Amino acid sequence: MEITVKKEGSASVVSVKGRIDALTAGEFEKGLAALMAGGDYALVVDFKGLEYISSAGLRSILSTAKQLKAKGGEMIFAGLQGPVKDVFKISGFGSIFKIFDTEEEALRQV
Amino acid sequence: MKQIPEYIRVPASMGSLQTSLAFVRFCLASQGIGEARLREVELAMEEILVNIFRYAYAGRNGEVEIACRLEGGGRALVEVADRGIPFDPLSHQDPDLRAGIEERKIGGLGVFFVKQLVPDVRYRREGERNILTLPIEADPML
Repeated sequence: MEITVKKEGSASVVSVKGRIDALTAGEFEKGLAALMAGGDYALVVDFKGLEYISSAGLRSILSTAKQLKAKGGEMIFAGLQGPVKDVFKISGFGSIFKIFDTEEEALRQV
Repeated sequence: MKQIPEYIRVPASMGSLQTSLAFVRFCLASQGIGEARLREVELAMEEILVNIFRYAYAGRNGEVEIACRLEGGGRALVEVADRGIPFDPLSHQDPDLRAGIEERKIGGLGVFFVKQLVPDVRYRREGERNILTLPIEADPML
């Protein structure tokens, strides 16, 4: 798994490549926690390069989203590919989070 | 057609995850099961194995046996066994998929995925062993 972060106006774009599984979810969650600790409460998570996510990754997402919501922030998603899209769908995450086809579309909504 | 079940035995720890997933993938791929289905089974297997690695032996050392038997016609039977505390993961209540971010409980999704991806998954306790049986059909569920 590879995480890169960039600033776009008031939002932070977190791009994740590879796999978020039980082995890497902790690192992913720490990355998100570091952004929150730095005062970034508007996160666009770009999953264009993400090939695989398991419930460990969803757990990190939900835990972070709960903390963001308590601070008046939000986490939205972009670029979900086939298998990741399927996992969002069956978990119900597809309906509790805002999901956009591209990072550009997501940034317009922040 | 191979009749002898192939299996591996690994330490019940997170360090065994990749080896275990690769073993199942290799077995199913040799049966001609396609990439989309391989990924679904991989997800189901991760959820099962991580549960066992983390909880089955309650902090003690233990092992997990994974068997993969080809059944012809693109079908296979995967079995996961441990000698940990008796536990039926399938008895877990399904999560409330419609709950919002604040109400939604963290956890419970792993087992739910297993049931969605391998609907015929079964649990049994046999002597000292917990055994999960996963009949794998070739077609993707999603």
